[in-house]
Amino acid sequence: MSRIMGLTGDGAVAYAVKQCKVDVVAAYPITPQTLIVEEFSEYVHNGEVHTEFICVESEHSAMSACVGASLTGARVFTATASQGLALMHEILYIASSLRCPIVMGVVNRALSAPINIHCDHSDMMGSRDCGWIQIFVENAQEAYDWVIQAFRIAEDPDVLLPVTVNLDGFILSHSLEGVEVLDDADVEKFVSTRKPVFTIDPDKPITVGPICFTDFFFETKRQHVEAMNNSPKTISKVNDEFAELTGRRYGFIDTYEMDDAEAAIICLGSTAGSAMAVAKKLRDEGKRVGVIKPWVYRPFPAEQIIDACKDLKALAVLDRACSIGAPYGPLCNDVTAALYKENVRLNVFNVIYGLGGRDITPFDIEAIFNETLEVAKTGLIKKPIKFVGVRE
Amino acid sequence: MATLRDLSTEELFTSGHRLCAGCGAGIIARMTMKALRGPTIVVNATGCLEVASTIYPYTAWKVSWVHIAFENAAAVASGIEAAYKAMMKRNAWGKKVDIIAFAGDGGTFDIGIQALSGALERGHDFLYICYDNEAYMNTGIQRSGATPHGAATTTSPAGTKIPGKPEFKKDLIGICAAHGIEYAATASPAYWNDYITKVRKALEVDGPAVIHVFSPCPVGMRFDSSKSIEVARLAVQTRYWPVYEVENGRYKLNIKVPKPKPVSEFLKVQGRFKHLFQPKFKHVIDEIQRYVDENWERITKLCGEA
Repeated sequence: MSRIMGLTGDGAVAYAVKQCKVDVVAAYPITPQTLIVEEFSEYVHNGEVHTEFICVESEHSAMSACVGASLTGARVFTATASQGLALMHEILYIASSLRCPIVMGVVNRALSAPINIHCDHSDMMGSRDCGWIQIFVENAQEAYDWVIQAFRIAEDPDVLLPVTVNLDGFILSHSLEGVEVLDDADVEKFVSTRKPVFTIDPDKPITVGPICFTDFFFETKRQHVEAMNNSPKTISKVNDEFAELTGRRYGFIDTYEMDDAEAAIICLGSTAGSAMAVAKKLRDEGKRVGVIKPWVYRPFPAEQIIDACKDLKALAVLDRACSIGAPYGPLCNDVTAALYKENVRLNVFNVIYGLGGRDITPFDIEAIFNETLEVAKTGLIKKPIKFVGVRE
Repeated sequence: MATLRDLSTEELFTSGHRLCAGCGAGIIARMTMKALRGPTIVVNATGCLEVASTIYPYTAWKVSWVHIAFENAAAVASGIEAAYKAMMKRNAWGKKVDIIAFAGDGGTFDIGIQALSGALERGHDFLYICYDNEAYMNTGIQRSGATPHGAATTTSPAGTKIPGKPEFKKDLIGICAAHGIEYAATASPAYWNDYITKVRKALEVDGPAVIHVFSPCPVGMRFDSSKSIEVARLAVQTRYWPVYEVENGRYKLNIKVPKPKPVSEFLKVQGRFKHLFQPKFKHVIDEIQRYVDENWERITKLCGEA
């Protein structure tokens, strides 16, 4: 049984965490993540959850407390944004390397300077190599659905990696949407309780986090890579079971009208919704355009993206972050590397947009589609990296 | 007070670790393990004790032991404590677990003080032990907020113009006690029964407790490795290291030093103060003596002894 609730993106995350019966939440408030910690605090103070909510004094301590808690075998959640994620950076690597299945909501926001509270993906992109599974969602429903799935994926003995669920700051975090939520009992059955593979139970002493020199360090990293490479099997399994339960089908990527598309946009998060709406309009005008929206960003779904691109003549990769000094923005670096690796020659150009919450309008997106169609027709890329919506 | 006969012969911190000969941290860790009262998890900040006791695939610890990073031992302890509390609520955990965090002076006075303050304010039930060797000994003897005035370190060298560290040491126990915690104490490994009694007392506290223990370091303080306990004793007998406890805000002097030796007795056995004995820097020894006298007066006054 399910019902519709009016929830913000942040509220949807908090509600999912409540239903997943999390043991420990350690979090520090930061805009635009605040609604998550505020709403969760209500659950705690009204006795609706058994969770120990540690109101830590920084995000660094938030992630540190999460790692400690996770090592006991407890189910653990935190949420942050922007500077908070940057402050956690050191411990993000430790959380994943110690194989702590923590789930974290990242409410994407620009990184300082100048200080800005609005959406872009610089925060997660700045930590994209931290060894966590990384999910990006388009709306509050997806935020709710992926948080529930994230616990199953993270805690699976074949994975044991932490997971971030990324949602666009303000655009999703503070927008109220109708969200179809599951009954508590259904969520409880779906996520079950965590069955840890190892813990720091004092009756079975174990040493966690020893110093590891030249003789063993490399092997631990190799195993971490292997864990990430193995995770797709579990992600698919969890997506299948979730579809069975809810009728909502998730995967590594979502596609819109890609079957006979000759030009497409690939982008993360809420912009994909706008891109799909514009694509629909252009389709009605007879233009063969489509959209690719990766849900899973790490492990990078190269195979699924290449498959979706196989009949394509041109692709615009939209990045809501810069990788200053690199060939492209972060997503485009990944997409082009994946195409090159599989020896697929496709005309790709990169669009950097929306930094610091700058709106991307349907007109902007239509112009990008039209330019992509032009590239598809001519095979000529005028500008490999375009900045859209900026005063230059 | 404990007696030797009361102590467990079991070694939960075992030999074979790679701490230097005469290292205070190893002595402190071993004595701490002899004061345990039940299931215990140790959280260790990055530092000498951590790197030298757990070189993979070996470990010197027979209790569960966790190292996450340098500045966050108190935060990690918070998470562990909260997790067991939550799991108890859903009947997934049944026994009381003692949590002891070890950190050096760098991990406590400097980079870790925020995490420590946060954990003390939130009232987590754990014991935090700062083993203070008065500099970043693990990285090669750089000055910390705990390095005393005049001491030479690699970042406060005995220069021709600036003779060692110009600044004085922070009052760690004052800072901790100001959080209103139930128990905070100083200790010295030269007074093992006082230390072990305090560890046990601190574990009995339902909430955070802090012990600040002097940790002699032959390498960084520069003395012969056979002299560690002597140096630790001199620190107390010169009133350089007052041994006291703060219980619910009430200070109590645990080791009285009615006839103190001059602080120069403590300084002269350590290479880190050698430069102060040149005539042109003699005034620094006077400054240290003045600091020691004033600090003793302040502490004993708080203890109602002065």
